[in-house]
Amino acid sequence: MSRLGDTWVMAKRSLRHTVRSMDTIITVVITPIAMMLLFVFVFGSSFEKSLGDIKYIDFVTPAIIIMTVVSGIAYAAVRLSMDLQKGIINRFKTMPVAPSSILGGHATSSTLSNLFSSLLVLLVAFLIGFRTDAGVAEWLLFVGLTVLFTLATTWLAILFGLFAKTVEGAGAFSYILLFLIFLSSGFTPVDSMHPALRWFAENQPMTPIIETMRSLLTSGTIGSSAGIAIAWCIGLLVVAYALALRVYKTKTM
Amino acid sequence: MNEHKAAIAVAGLKKSYKKVGVLKGVSFTVEKGSIFALLGANGAGKTTTINILTTLLKADEGMAFVDGSNVARTPETVRRRISLTGQFAAVDDILTGRENLELIGDLRHVKDSRKTAKELLKQFGLEDAAERRVQTYSGGMRRRLDIAMSLIGDPSIIFFDEPTTGLDPQSRNGMWETIKSLADNGTTIFLTTQYLEEADQLADKICILNKGKIVAEGTPAELKKLLPHGQVELKFQNEKQLNAAAKQLEGMSTTRDDEALALMVTTEGTVAELTRLLTKLGNAGVDVAEFAQKAPSLDDVFLKVISETKEKK
Repeated sequence: MSRLGDTWVMAKRSLRHTVRSMDTIITVVITPIAMMLLFVFVFGSSFEKSLGDIKYIDFVTPAIIIMTVVSGIAYAAVRLSMDLQKGIINRFKTMPVAPSSILGGHATSSTLSNLFSSLLVLLVAFLIGFRTDAGVAEWLLFVGLTVLFTLATTWLAILFGLFAKTVEGAGAFSYILLFLIFLSSGFTPVDSMHPALRWFAENQPMTPIIETMRSLLTSGTIGSSAGIAIAWCIGLLVVAYALALRVYKTKTM
Repeated sequence: MNEHKAAIAVAGLKKSYKKVGVLKGVSFTVEKGSIFALLGANGAGKTTTINILTTLLKADEGMAFVDGSNVARTPETVRRRISLTGQFAAVDDILTGRENLELIGDLRHVKDSRKTAKELLKQFGLEDAAERRVQTYSGGMRRRLDIAMSLIGDPSIIFFDEPTTGLDPQSRNGMWETIKSLADNGTTIFLTTQYLEEADQLADKICILNKGKIVAEGTPAELKKLLPHGQVELKFQNEKQLNAAAKQLEGMSTTRDDEALALMVTTEGTVAELTRLLTKLGNAGVDVAEFAQKAPSLDDVFLKVISETKEKK
């Protein structure tokens, strides 16, 4: 119990950092919103023809949400990296606080602040025409999957943050994840892609995750890739969590 | 059995970084409730020692007990009993002073961390700055907050790594007072310093660490006996005079510096002896251009102690 309590104490600290640097939340949401506007209003009409009866804004919103999360988790890496380079980490390490609480605090606050950013982006999506028939159950599943994805990628961010030599370098890994979003079915259907690219897009984690979110919001069904999506998220979460704790312990002892 | 009575007991501690030995078999004990100073120059291994004792680092060899617990085997137990005040203030810049204190209180599971924070803010004169972010604090205020944070949870041993490095004389005196009053209340203090004066002012026991080895230990009074008392520096107009002086002083402990045309002479520091020395040179017709008495520095202690350890071998 005290571990969970300590994790929450550390999470509160990290949340205060987030709330006191509102500019980071704005930076996190501004790019996905700009991308959404660009894709919907500039490219959207040409993509829409290949989508059948789905509006492009409804098609692209899940990818935009995932993009928001990916931009946001970089700050977990940055904040952890800043801690590691300052004296305060030595204070935490010489206190009876478990490493899982020290890292878990960052993970918890990153998940909460990313949910907040996602909500902001979703509101903008509604403003420019996003509509859904999803009921309470679908929304709950949608939020659940978003939380799971955020937790998994946040722990990945923490792992990178532990390795980063500089604070600036800590957030750089999120570009890899952004790249994966563009090479998925997030912005365009995979049918239109070159065969090799299509094979890659169909077999990387972003596609099943985005497609499950899209199914939940557009057709009100969980879709056929939910199992793979959840497996990717849980697999990534377990591996990143275990590795992060291990790296933290070997680096700090 | 001794290590269970002592606040800190260290035996044969070794640590290397990339095959370069930083600690080469360090042993010492620290009595409960005393102030212990580990004195040494930069790179002597002071911070490495403190990092091992505070569970930040694992030793390659040797044993270290803090408050009766083995730091390598039961670091969790050790962490409940200690606090570390490092070389750089370990405070959170983005939080306020009060939030910093409450954070540590919550993590140490004190009964009422709000109340504890309030009391410490008052004790360290930070009440007015309590609601300000620490990034707006002055260096002295950060240090005070840092120490206040170290006191939460009543640790029985507090480690200070170079507590006064970079402080102005007034803040330094304040820090000394704080350390003394902590020890008066029964807390064991382990501090590292490069300043002989600081160790002299504060410590009940001093160990001198040089290149990873303890080269001397004792009370300040005991160590002072090892100091060369009156180092005298004599300077001359030219090499001829220097040669003549060196010849006259054969048999005394001297160090010659040809470039500066100077001669360092170790004396007992008494007026009678100095008079004799200068009279002797005067009678021999040697002109002393400059004369200076050198206060013993930490380097002198090292040199003296090291040359003596060599002689013993």
